[in-house]
Amino acid sequence: MNTSLLKKLTIATLLAGTLFTAQAALKVGDKLPDLTSFSLVGPLPAALKGKIVIVDFWASWCLPCAKSFPVLDELQKKYGDRLVVLAVNVDEQASNMDSFLKKHAVSFTVVRDAGQKLVAQVEPATMPTSFILDGTDKVRFLHNGFHGEDTRKEYISEIESLLK
Amino acid sequence: MKPKTFILLASVLLMTVSGCANVKPWQREHLADYTMSADRDPLGTAQMEHIWFSREEASGGRGVGGGGCGCN
Repeated sequence: MNTSLLKKLTIATLLAGTLFTAQAALKVGDKLPDLTSFSLVGPLPAALKGKIVIVDFWASWCLPCAKSFPVLDELQKKYGDRLVVLAVNVDEQASNMDSFLKKHAVSFTVVRDAGQKLVAQVEPATMPTSFILDGTDKVRFLHNGFHGEDTRKEYISEIESLLK
Repeated sequence: MKPKTFILLASVLLMTVSGCANVKPWQREHLADYTMSADRDPLGTAQMEHIWFSREEASGGRGVGGGGCGCN
């Protein structure tokens, strides 16, 4: 094998590695993928169109996720039919999710991304990550992580701005 | 650069790059486990710190807290 071919192979390998790790994630302005095509476990909300939706990716082993649940539950109760909170669990074991939900009972919808297909497409940067969608499934706000009262205030402010 | 040197360097580079694992945030269940935390025994850590400080005049440098789950 000559040197120039080896150089090309080396460069191609490095570029392939770069492309592999730089996959596009769901960003503000993007549309949420069709949730029905990901074999999510659990019933999806009947209608998302025309409603504000918070799609929250979480896991049972994630401490900030546990802290975010009471706030998301509060928001669901506060805004009622105008808001849909959809929590997407990404645990490998369903039993971990079940035991978490026994400790943190919530009124909003929880589904499980058992095959981790949706989360692999959305590529959230942290656990939890939440996307706030407007009535047309478009991502309007994005939250990486949960930072207590600061995030709560941001949620309320953003929901109010979308309700206007 | 001599071909042999280049081949050697390229081989080392490829082996290094292929050894990197990019663990996605949602795949960090095992990293987030309590047993993966370096500071899971605060008393033991404090004792070790004391020993190091007393014998080697060194303290700190034990890394950051948490199990590397990427949660915030």
